[in-house]
Amino acid sequence: MDLKIKNVHLFDPLNGIDEVGTILIDKGKVVKDSKSKVGQEIDAKGLYLFPGFVDVHSHFREPGAEDTETIETGSRAAVKGGYTAVCLMPNTDPPIDNEGVVRFIKEKSEEVGLCRIFSIGTVTKGRKGKELSEMSHLYEAGCVAFSDDGNCVMDSSIMRNALEYSKLFNVPIIDHPEDISLSGKGQMHEGSVSTELGFKGIPGVSESTVVARDVLLSKFTKGRIHLAHVSTADSVKLIKEWKTDKVTSEVTPHHLLLSDEEVRDFDSNKKMKPPLRTRYDIEVLQKAIKKGLIEVVASDHAPHPDYKKELEFTEAAFGVTGLETSFAVLYTELVKKGKITLDILIKVLSSAPAKIFNLPLGEIKEGGTADFTIVDLKSTWQVTSEVFASKAKNSPFIGRKLEGNVKYCIVEGKTVFKNGDFINTEK
Amino acid sequence: MGLDRKDLLGIQDLSSNEIKEILTTAEYMEEILKRPIKKAPTLRGITVANLFFEPSTRTLNSFILAEKRLSADSINFSAASSSVLKGETLLDTAKNIQAMEVDIMVVRHYAPGSPHFLSKRLRASVINAGDGCHEHPTQALIDIMTIKKNFSEIKGLKIAIIGDIKHSRVSRSLILGLNKMGAEITVCAPPTLLPLWLEPFGVEFEYSLEKALPGKDILYILRIQKERQEESFIPSIREYIKNYSITYEKLKRFASKDVVIMHPGPINRGIEVESKIADSEYSLILSQVSSGVAVRMSVLYLLSQRKLDGSKD
Repeated sequence: MDLKIKNVHLFDPLNGIDEVGTILIDKGKVVKDSKSKVGQEIDAKGLYLFPGFVDVHSHFREPGAEDTETIETGSRAAVKGGYTAVCLMPNTDPPIDNEGVVRFIKEKSEEVGLCRIFSIGTVTKGRKGKELSEMSHLYEAGCVAFSDDGNCVMDSSIMRNALEYSKLFNVPIIDHPEDISLSGKGQMHEGSVSTELGFKGIPGVSESTVVARDVLLSKFTKGRIHLAHVSTADSVKLIKEWKTDKVTSEVTPHHLLLSDEEVRDFDSNKKMKPPLRTRYDIEVLQKAIKKGLIEVVASDHAPHPDYKKELEFTEAAFGVTGLETSFAVLYTELVKKGKITLDILIKVLSSAPAKIFNLPLGEIKEGGTADFTIVDLKSTWQVTSEVFASKAKNSPFIGRKLEGNVKYCIVEGKTVFKNGDFINTEK
Repeated sequence: MGLDRKDLLGIQDLSSNEIKEILTTAEYMEEILKRPIKKAPTLRGITVANLFFEPSTRTLNSFILAEKRLSADSINFSAASSSVLKGETLLDTAKNIQAMEVDIMVVRHYAPGSPHFLSKRLRASVINAGDGCHEHPTQALIDIMTIKKNFSEIKGLKIAIIGDIKHSRVSRSLILGLNKMGAEITVCAPPTLLPLWLEPFGVEFEYSLEKALPGKDILYILRIQKERQEESFIPSIREYIKNYSITYEKLKRFASKDVVIMHPGPINRGIEVESKIADSEYSLILSQVSSGVAVRMSVLYLLSQRKLDGSKD
């Protein structure tokens, strides 16, 4: 037996587990009992053990912008935030539109030896929205979904073909719903705050009109659509109206918690796409995860160096980091304040994304993969620009005091993160 | 005397008492400007940098003149002649200028919030001389001063602001300022040039100029930028003139007889306003311009008091 974790509060809402006990792990799997010698033992008294978190929307900037983030620093950020698996968006340079890049990422992540890393291939060659990428080659190389990431697939006939063709693999097409002719040069949510501040707006309809198109195309083609970072009440309404098992969606922690009022200080760490919406949108999004209408919380971890953020608002890059704060900020702001239960939070971070992306992860069960996150829910910490393992510091939550501190991350039965230290399992 | 603040970023964060203090000081400044020798030593030793990242003639020149009248040293920095073209960031540019021991920076920039962004990162005082479509506080102060000179009281005045409200920093600052002084404001424009959200401003709106004109004490006319046609906000300038141009005929038919006209300039004669009206007895336009230097002297003076007293820094 490789690992024994005792006195730990096992918590898996999918399998109805909520009890203090011991968990045994052998050869990367959960086992009932084992007579062999215990390799490592962790006494996790007072700590919770959750299925390892799965992020389906991250950007690690490698290959292409290694000064901003690498697979190594991104992986460190992930495990520090409790993520044992991360799916990477293909807006790298070159983009993930050929098997070579998928293999590169796979090899690199094995060298790093922290969390599991999966590639999301492009929908179209070069993310240009013109011709379908070689999805079959990409799928066989290991891609778990397809997306043109920040480039919405604007051509509806390409989208239709992508939804049909991807039925070959039963994986979702992830769309970033944004009609760029409506969002244009917008800088923040279009509403009363943007009007006061004099910013060009990104109206909610630039998202919801594409959501409407996507859910209807999914209905028409029976292809699987996964809507990235849903941010408006109207999008939620459309998803509710046209929900099937082929329509899934995600929301980010910042869209669940922060409104456009935050932009009043002109801090570019509040600038991202889609933009922070209104307090009403936030309420509707929170209810949607509570009801399971939006299944997944994804980080949309988008690191940027200070020289792309420490700028006047209109010049600053879109995007914020998230992996290291997602769990704690949602636990502090939603679970502790009674807006959602811990059950919901763990589901949206683990079993739900794993299921949608066909990953055999996200639960605690005998014979199941031993990917776990062990958290001290009572421990508090302050978000400052010094605490990040990511190369980037562009978090909208800097300054907050949060509850919930990740103590261990276990990937395939091996400890990769322990009390702030990263342990490369490949070395 | 003095304002208890480092920067002047917008009308938004000025109290009505601060507005009154700036205007009272501006009246003293006007006296200086009427003297045969129009210069005071008040800001001797103070250095002002005018950082203009957008073209400007009247605002820039009126700041330069205000600085000279008060004996400040000043430098002018415009985007065309700057290192911005070489890729330097706004913050680096400003910090480099600050390193030359500059006390006040007058900033005009196309990005809303740029002066606010700089003010948090600089020791120097920052004066917003127009930030994108956000605010243009000194212009609003000038307009309020012009109104004060021509009316016994601002409270209760009925003012229509006509034109491209959506893209106008002048209208944002003016609305905020006049609201604080108790005026009643109606905005009038085609729907594409009005924001969809007017609640934060506490103003009435009217699409039809004929309905907006009656009973107003002041018509404040905004410049219509020709690009708005290319961006399809209006079908044509011709159509705009038909519906929104202020003409003698429309004034005679719909407006009260002692109405006055204001305009922040530069005027497109024959477009938003009929040419001869701009020069007529209705017009306060040149009076606005002459208040400009005095108001800017006042702001420069009040913000330097912290430095000159040496008490606050």
